[in-house]
Amino acid sequence: MSRKIRRKLFSNFMLFLSFITAAYGIFWLFWILGSLFINGFKYLSPELVYLDPTPAGQEGGGLRPAFVGHLIITSLATVIGVPMGIMAGIYFAEYGRNSKFFMTLRQITDIMVSTPSILMGAVVYAVLVRPVGHFNGFSGAVALALLMLPVIAITTDEMLKLVPKEMREAAYALGAYKWQVIKDVVMRAAKVGIMTGVILGVARIAGETAPLLFTSFNNNVLTFDLRDPMASLTVTMFNYVMGPYHYWHQQAWAAAFILTMGVLLLSILARVLLHRNLLEPLFYIVRSITGKKGG
Amino acid sequence: MEEVAYAEKTLKEIRTRGLFLERFLKFSFGFWALFAGLLFPILAGLILLYEARLAIEKFGFIHFLTYTNWDPVAEDFGALTMIFGTVVSTILSMLIAAPVAIGIAIFITELAPNWFKSIVSTAVELLAAIPSIIYGLWGFFILTPIMATKVEPWLQEKLGDVPLIGKLFQGAPTGVDVLTTSLVLSIMIIPFMASVVRDAFNMVPPIMKESAYGLGATKWEVIRQVVIPYTASGIAGGLILSAGRALGETMAVTFLAGNNPQIPKSLLDSFTTITVALANQFTEADTDIYLSALYYVGLLLYLVSFTMLGIAKFMVLRLEKRWKV
Repeated sequence: MSRKIRRKLFSNFMLFLSFITAAYGIFWLFWILGSLFINGFKYLSPELVYLDPTPAGQEGGGLRPAFVGHLIITSLATVIGVPMGIMAGIYFAEYGRNSKFFMTLRQITDIMVSTPSILMGAVVYAVLVRPVGHFNGFSGAVALALLMLPVIAITTDEMLKLVPKEMREAAYALGAYKWQVIKDVVMRAAKVGIMTGVILGVARIAGETAPLLFTSFNNNVLTFDLRDPMASLTVTMFNYVMGPYHYWHQQAWAAAFILTMGVLLLSILARVLLHRNLLEPLFYIVRSITGKKGG
Repeated sequence: MEEVAYAEKTLKEIRTRGLFLERFLKFSFGFWALFAGLLFPILAGLILLYEARLAIEKFGFIHFLTYTNWDPVAEDFGALTMIFGTVVSTILSMLIAAPVAIGIAIFITELAPNWFKSIVSTAVELLAAIPSIIYGLWGFFILTPIMATKVEPWLQEKLGDVPLIGKLFQGAPTGVDVLTTSLVLSIMIIPFMASVVRDAFNMVPPIMKESAYGLGATKWEVIRQVVIPYTASGIAGGLILSAGRALGETMAVTFLAGNNPQIPKSLLDSFTTITVALANQFTEADTDIYLSALYYVGLLLYLVSFTMLGIAKFMVLRLEKRWKV
């Protein structure tokens, strides 16, 4: 009997430990988000968005070039990276499913998702910055697009996998070409899933700093020219945190707050989109069961 | 008769167009698949190799790996300090993160009631979504002062006199050191690790757990003797995967490491890692050989992280395959 109690107690103790670890994880999340809220909100001001930075050491000013540059670089990267990624993903899911070679390539793509992002910056620097002779915004967008490519390819593949085979077969039976099946059946069915993947990809690159450090670099002046160095929120934050002035730190906090909120909103949006899509069949089943009972 | 001929002609046109699109789309999709999975990784590696050629010629392989001096002025480079820093911070953060991540995975899959399960997994996923520079900024402004004034002096007082371990806590507590870096790094990789381990746990067929329960096993015994052995390769894969991520993490580490090219003698020493060196020195590199040496360490990082992630992938896949059969 006592042995049984001892086992029971030990089991409960270990489960309590696992509860503690979960609490530990949540504790850090709240601490980080909490201090971000408190410090970021305190220094948030409209001037941050519409004023240019003042010369170093002179209080005031804002981060307008960084906000604009960040938007430009991120959207350009999305425009470049998303089509490439979706096309690669379609091939993995629709054509390469039975080919060992392409399935290996898919695993390698999955590995590329986790490669150090700073190396993308170094690679793009060698190709697009050094030959030109100066940092430019375009190279930053390319570096981010290359980071995005594997992420989008893998999520697209995963989402297309969820489309039932019968739907494809029904279309083939009607004499559709493969591209028609992909365009009108598979893509339509997986639309929401692919959108989710794209949003997650954008959220991922929007917070990246390392690949931009030596591609788009930084700029104190507002510019729309992709051939010039272009400021981004993350690189500006990096410089401001390392810098000596107190008001720089405050602006870095505010920028961090805005950036984090944006990224978190995107990932929550993706979750909501995905889960509505996933739960729909479940709801359907529940409805049909309850409907039968009622009738 | 004319109408039939006309219809035949249109049909033929449609068919040629359809076949053309078929081939064209297959080709272009295939190209990007090839690019993402083969050309891009190889090209990236080759570019790094090409840019590193000067340093490779000048410093060789073994010498570069084992030499501690990093002197841009004398153009004398060795990568040991960075490699050592990367390895140490990765291992330490793994030591902190692994038990926590496994605990969280156990909590989510076996313990939590459904409503709480979703809260914890959302929290963990949000933790993963926070950009890494935010970790760095938070660590630098919030955690570093606390480590320097409270935690590290306390650790020194309690553990400083213990033989062997005490050595690890020598030196002035500045907060910008191995300990803080590893702590922040561990917080960053917990979500990745927890989600891989959780997915692995979810793959255990319920019938295996149920039969153990049927024999009278307690919950912990089921986890310890059924779930964990069954998912061992998945757990190991998850651990290595997160180690691969920690290796290449840049922004969280850059603020906290101190960018000091030395072998840290204690946990409270500042140090440097490959990524820190790249982030801080890349734009300052004014000579070809300096830049080339940086590319050389970048190449090493690329190869090591690619290999580690590949091994991790392989282990996770093995688990998935077993589950399918």
